[in-house]
Amino acid sequence: MTVDRDIIIIGGGPAGLTAGLYAGRSMLNVLMLEKLSPGGQVLTTHWVENYPGFPGGVSGFDLMDKMKDQALEFGLTIQSGEVVSIQPGGPEQDYHRVVLTDGELTCRCLIITTGAQPRKLGLPNESAMVGKGVSYCGTCDGPFYRGMTVAAIGGGDTALEESLFLTKFVSKVFLIHRRDEFRGTKVLRDRVFRNDKIEVIWDTVVTAITGDDKVTGVALKNVKTNEASTLPVDGVFPLIGVQPISDFVKGVVKLDDGGFITTNESMETSVKGIFAAGDVRSKILRQISTAVGDGAIAAFMAEKYMEQLH
Amino acid sequence: MSDALLHVNDENFDAEILKSNLPSLVDFWAAWCGPCRAIAPVVEELAKEYANKIKIAKLNVDENPKTAGQYGIRAIPTLILYKGGQIAEQITGAVSKTQIENAIKKVI
Ligand SMILES: Cc1cc2nc3c(=O)[nH]c(=O)nc-3n(C[C@H](O)[C@H](O)[C@H](O)COP(=O)(O)OP(=O)(O)OC[C@H]3O[C@@H](n4cnc5c(N)ncnc54)[C@H](O)[C@@H]3O)c2cc1C
Repeated sequence: MTVDRDIIIIGGGPAGLTAGLYAGRSMLNVLMLEKLSPGGQVLTTHWVENYPGFPGGVSGFDLMDKMKDQALEFGLTIQSGEVVSIQPGGPEQDYHRVVLTDGELTCRCLIITTGAQPRKLGLPNESAMVGKGVSYCGTCDGPFYRGMTVAAIGGGDTALEESLFLTKFVSKVFLIHRRDEFRGTKVLRDRVFRNDKIEVIWDTVVTAITGDDKVTGVALKNVKTNEASTLPVDGVFPLIGVQPISDFVKGVVKLDDGGFITTNESMETSVKGIFAAGDVRSKILRQISTAVGDGAIAAFMAEKYMEQLH
Repeated sequence: MSDALLHVNDENFDAEILKSNLPSLVDFWAAWCGPCRAIAPVVEELAKEYANKIKIAKLNVDENPKTAGQYGIRAIPTLILYKGGQIAEQITGAVSKTQIENAIKKVI
């Protein structure tokens, strides 16, 4: 059986681009499928301060442009396409079929780097209000809220960072967190506490988003006292972490309870010849630096797997 | 930079989009928006593939606050499909080519 490619990489964020760079450099016949243009979640980040090699930080755009160019230098082909499912194994257990919205491809080895997307609050009208006051990206939509009041929800690094970024435009950020302390790193916590445009509302969850055509406010509940209240705001930014993009492999590879793909240290999934790397994988720290490391290992192991097939 | 892709502004929006004989798709974007950059190549491809069937245009929200304000743009990228001067479909956020194509097929 001849296959279209040695390796197919699904998703062009930092994990996929690094896997592409390594696999390309090993002269393997490798193709990347990306439903948007390469860059991944980093494209929604204004400034990256914690990726090594860039004192003073680097813009999310520039970093990803460079990662892409470097992978292209080593012969990676990037094709625009959205993967909807995969059929592993083949009769001889030696190739996999990748189903796209507009066709099919076969390969010896698959590297899944589809990453993650913002987690929703799970409120009934939340999706309907996206673009009408609900946004998951302060960096993208902050400038539309010039002089307005917004609610940001969350307590991790992304919530703190995005709240700080929002203060460039808005007159006030209510940062709503369900606990009485932040998970985010100390540098960011300090910056938030020092910023007089940010008011933290502790021990509180959002129970409803109000407004028809556009957001007018949120309903809140204090989880310690059970006290209910309302807060008029023009925008709501849920920044409560990510969920994996793994629906298309449900039932194919093993997932953890959160839907993240389980792998071992070698990025091997429960199916031979299928690897996963980056945010889509079950792991403790989801960052560019860890995505890049995962991607390198996945490509290295994919190469080893190919050698053993021959 | 394809010829099929049009750039519209506050001045010509009415003539080019609202009074257009063909249905149209307008990509509301800005230079500082990452996801806008992510879908830009997709919008360009669609402009080529659907030339003569739908008018595909981009509007920079920073340079054209009047039109962006008129349509209450609060998030970008926002893609609005117009037919006969009215909004027929609206998509917010960076979505896949298939999703945009499905919306296009509804209006052409
Ligand atoms: C607002 C924000 C700020 C952040 N700030 C930082 C920071 O300062 N420092 C840091 O280290 N990390 C930061 N992160 C985290 C970092 O962006 C992620 O850890 C990293 O991008 C993960 O890389 P990835 O390659 O695993 O996945 P992603 O970056 O999510 O890339 C996945 C890619 O796969 C594509 N894809 C998905 N499904 C399909 C499909 N079915 N078919 C084809 N393609 C598909 C997507 O379009 C996407 O391009 C931030 C994240 C966010 C959201």
